[in-house]
Amino acid sequence: MIFRRFWPLAALLAAIAVAFVPQVPIFWVTLADTIGIGAIVTLGLVVITGFGAMTSFGQASLMGFGAYTTALLTTQAGLSPWLALPASLAVAGLAAFLVGSFTLRLSGHYLALGTIAWAVSLYYVFGNLDLVGRNDGLRGIPPLSVLGTPLLDSRRYFVVVAIGFALAMWATRNLLDSRMGRAIRSLRGGAAASASFGVSIAGARMLAFVHAGVLAGLAGFLYAHMQRSVNPSPFGLSGGIDYLFMAVVGGTGHLAGALLVTIANDRLQDWLPLLLGAGGSYETIVFGALLVLILQTAPEGLWPLLRRGAPIRRRAIRPAAPLPARPRIAPGEAVLEARGLRRNFGGLVAVADIGFDVRAGEIVGLIGPNGAGKSTTFNLLTGVLAPSAGEISFAGRMLSRITPQSAARAGIGRSFQHVKLVRGMSVLENVALGAHLRGRAGALAAMLRLDRAEEARIFAEAARQLARVGLAEQADLPARSLALGQQRIVEIARALCLDPALLLLDEPAAGLRHQEKQALAALLRQLRAEGMAILLVEHDMDFVMNLTDRLVVMDFGTKLATGTAADIRANPAVIEAYLGGVA
Amino acid sequence: MDATIAAILVQDGVVNGAVYALLALCLVLVFAVTRIVLIPQGEFVAYGALSYAALDEGRVPGSAWLLAGLGIAAFAAGLAHERRASWPRILPRLAGECLVLQAISIAAAFVLAPLRLGPWMDALLTLALVTPMAPCLYRLAFQPLAQASVLVLLIAAVGVHLAMVGLGLVFFGAEGYRGPAFLDASFSAGPLTISAQAIVILLATLLIMGSLAAFFEATLAGRALRAVAVNRLGARLVGISAAGSGRLAFTLAGFIGALSGVLIAPLTTIYFDSGFIIGLKGFVAAIIAGMASYPGAVAAALVVGLVEAFAAFWASPFKEVIVFTVIIPVLLLRSLASVPGEDEE
Repeated sequence: MIFRRFWPLAALLAAIAVAFVPQVPIFWVTLADTIGIGAIVTLGLVVITGFGAMTSFGQASLMGFGAYTTALLTTQAGLSPWLALPASLAVAGLAAFLVGSFTLRLSGHYLALGTIAWAVSLYYVFGNLDLVGRNDGLRGIPPLSVLGTPLLDSRRYFVVVAIGFALAMWATRNLLDSRMGRAIRSLRGGAAASASFGVSIAGARMLAFVHAGVLAGLAGFLYAHMQRSVNPSPFGLSGGIDYLFMAVVGGTGHLAGALLVTIANDRLQDWLPLLLGAGGSYETIVFGALLVLILQTAPEGLWPLLRRGAPIRRRAIRPAAPLPARPRIAPGEAVLEARGLRRNFGGLVAVADIGFDVRAGEIVGLIGPNGAGKSTTFNLLTGVLAPSAGEISFAGRMLSRITPQSAARAGIGRSFQHVKLVRGMSVLENVALGAHLRGRAGALAAMLRLDRAEEARIFAEAARQLARVGLAEQADLPARSLALGQQRIVEIARALCLDPALLLLDEPAAGLRHQEKQALAALLRQLRAEGMAILLVEHDMDFVMNLTDRLVVMDFGTKLATGTAADIRANPAVIEAYLGGVA
Repeated sequence: MDATIAAILVQDGVVNGAVYALLALCLVLVFAVTRIVLIPQGEFVAYGALSYAALDEGRVPGSAWLLAGLGIAAFAAGLAHERRASWPRILPRLAGECLVLQAISIAAAFVLAPLRLGPWMDALLTLALVTPMAPCLYRLAFQPLAQASVLVLLIAAVGVHLAMVGLGLVFFGAEGYRGPAFLDASFSAGPLTISAQAIVILLATLLIMGSLAAFFEATLAGRALRAVAVNRLGARLVGISAAGSGRLAFTLAGFIGALSGVLIAPLTTIYFDSGFIIGLKGFVAAIIAGMASYPGAVAAALVVGLVEAFAAFWASPFKEVIVFTVIIPVLLLRSLASVPGEDEE
């Protein structure tokens, strides 16, 4: 345990010690400096690409902002490099924020192409601005110095690079293992779900992007003081491609991959010319071919191959004070009132004038044949779709313009018809995502480990909800390894983590075995007894009829009938809708 | 600026825009059919221009060797991709596409290059050498990735681009070349001098656009490509091969890319790595058109050409900045219209 805690520190000290062994050639240490700097940029890119599901070809340009900032402040204004450091980080972060603010709304390949566009633009800006010396760049940048000793040789500089990388790694790991970090990680495959637990998707994307920008700024700062001069060439698109290459090869889902491949990459750059004879052209050929080959054969990158078969880490759950809870609504009072809900898609009326109540301490079933408009109704209630007409009140308060986030804040927890878990996160972390709105800690607090008390409370709550749905054993498995039915149950635990007043469940029993269905029914009954309002869409009639207090039947977008299970079973209109007319 | 300068700039812009339009059309076509953002499009342009210039000097261009290598590699990859049992079935076609065609082009280059038969013959040889590279590249790099996401394909395309730039340096050298014009004449229209080459470019562009339109409307292969673009699975269900469509789309892109190279070779000096920036301008146009609309891409390409020409006049050092910044308001508009937050795997 102690070993695991301190091995990164030990590795850092060991690396620094090795750099100072006189038998280690200075060439290798210089190489290590370059590797460390590249790894810092790649680390940020892994956060963007691997965890945030975005692609950026522009990280080298952001690195340029860091490098030019310190170059200007130290050569023109005569500032000490250490005072220029915060400015470098801030300028690179600000640049990331500005370019992010107009490119991050783009999705998929549009975003990637957008980053190519501004990477090319910025390269020419660097190369043509008099302020930064055009293509000649800036020279005479002072070296970093510690206690009056300038760090001129590579061995001494390695100390700074190694510490810089270690801090970047530490902060990034801490960030990803936090409330905001889970929001970033949910961008890969679970964005719609995390939005319905109050995560601002745009905010999470921006956070990942700015974090990577600040890391690029740090790398630029280190680069500028190592080279002692800067010019535009390393900060163009080709630099950006190199960093993306490293991230892809290492495995974009893994922080350690960044270091691994930057090492391999820089080694390759030195060895290829020796192997293939002089001339730099073979290098790009091999890079390009290798990139394609890796995508074809190991799309997850190399790091997961190395990690294959490694034991699953268990997260320790410490007892902690419960999270703040929502005031309860008295049983029998209306939690949700929908009036005259309507939704048109062009000429098609998917939902027409639907109205119903759900009261605290009751289970209402929403049923109907396929295409009846149940899912659309669900999406209207959860803010995924905006209603064309009608109003929704929650706990007696009218909700105007519902978004998934505002629905979550109001206290509506939901599950999805098509399971939306973040496949790479553990089951427990997925459940913890549900408690996003019950925490406060921001990204900075997370990086500095100031959020541990709150995190302990969130995870205690997540573990409690997971135990409640009977999946405590599976807490540390990756979500993708569970059977589909179990994944549905995980979604319910996640919804419970929101501390909802109303639970909306979309086909919760689909894919469950008989025993599991009974366990689910028992859980829902218990929640009802605690005063929760539950609305469920379900096709399993046995399950619905035995569980619900009232049913709302929809057909062709309209409300066909409401009533108790017995009423509905006897209702001729319902029988006709389900079984066809009696001849 | 007076009217004469403006007219000259407009002429420049329209001529460059016509070439960008050709490239933008390829990008839209390849993206629609294969979902690949064809970053290496510009390399076909550079290969085309450099091969054309070499043929003009009576040399066999490096692209002949490159084509031989790519053909053999694609043949091997094609075999490796199939089970041994089905080799007899696929062998004739695979050999035809990857070896025979290539051998004919290369032989023709070796026989005809020393004869120096003039620009028209050189252009034909160039097309014969560069076009077959494209389907080979598709077989080698993209066919095994057919199921991958757009983003993975994009990164792979960047890898192919890097490799092709490196190969360009190996096979064509670091020197820049300029090719001869097809027609060495010029006309005056008022104060304006119009070179015959400019007219050749515009005519060629119109011809290609017309042929593409006819191809998509009237031929079975063209309709098959459209079907794949609209619905990949549906097209497969009615017997259209996705891989075959991909190779066809790449072939068209290779052909049009090489032709663009031949067309601009007389206008500007082309180096092994010049293709990228030219291709990127085609991209700006294609992106403005949402990677979806052919007429939109052509219109946008003309705008890009004009913006470039006027930017070169007013703020020469920032020419490229201005051209690539054109994309930003478009991206902004697009992002305001799009719905963010879709899940990405």
